[in-house]
Amino acid sequence: MKVRVHVSLKPGVLDPQGRAIHHALEGLGFSGVADVRAGRLFELEVDESVTDAALDEMAGKLLANLVIENYRIERVPA
Amino acid sequence: MSLRAAVITFPGSNCDRDMAAALEQVAGTPPLRVWHGDAALPDRLDFIALPGGFSYGDYLRSGAMAARSPVMQAVVAAAARGVPVLGVCNGFQVLTEAGLLPGALMRNAGIRFVCREVALTVANNQTLFTAGYAAGQAIRIPVAHHDGNYFADPDTLDRLEGEGRVAFRYAEPVNGSARNIAGVLNASGTVLGMMPHPERAVEPAHGGIDGRALFEAAVAALVRA
Repeated sequence: MKVRVHVSLKPGVLDPQGRAIHHALEGLGFSGVADVRAGRLFELEVDESVTDAALDEMAGKLLANLVIENYRIERVPA
Repeated sequence: MSLRAAVITFPGSNCDRDMAAALEQVAGTPPLRVWHGDAALPDRLDFIALPGGFSYGDYLRSGAMAARSPVMQAVVAAAARGVPVLGVCNGFQVLTEAGLLPGALMRNAGIRFVCREVALTVANNQTLFTAGYAAGQAIRIPVAHHDGNYFADPDTLDRLEGEGRVAFRYAEPVNGSARNIAGVLNASGTVLGMMPHPERAVEPAHGGIDGRALFEAAVAALVRA
């Protein structure tokens, strides 16, 4: 099955990349964008037997750096 | 007695040779060279250096893949036994990713890669690595990084400062680092991570020799021990 792990910067952590993207959007003439935060999306193809606990461990040990990032795990229905 | 040091090379390390040359110049003997896939370190090491570069192409996060490579398990174990570890630039990123040092190194606040000599101050000269400097000494050492913006939560920063674990600070704006931190130590003072490259400032031909005292202090302390 497919699992998505969404990794995003913790609130309060400065995001220079998001800020640059925000400025670029403004430069392209888009208005009304208050803020941009850049994150990451991992798509994993895993056996049904892989537990939530194992996914949690994968995210916490490698996919996200918990000093600066949060993650959210989403099992995608087939 | 000579220093038995090791320089670890990851795929994408590019300052390993400079690090080895600096150690050899100061210690008089060349360090051992260790490849990332090695599961064990040479025995009886006095010193381990993690060099700068772009290990694993900075995939995932700078230093993240290297921190999970086989040799890092051995480095973590050696550090726990008290073997001094110096991580420079990417080596610093690897040390934070491996959990040997607190905090994280994020994209420079100004987005740009910064490659120039910077002014630093020695924040704590009572360490294995900094005993060759005067307290508060102003020194100049080159930096070359994209992800050198040191981040840790305010409690951690307070603790680091309170415990004298900030080794070096930037004396000018460089990359947005919290409290201008350029180098931090672990709780026992035996692991140092820093973004500036002391190995690029050890002989006059480098344009400056302010990095040399770091290696001299470490070598003097470890060879005497």
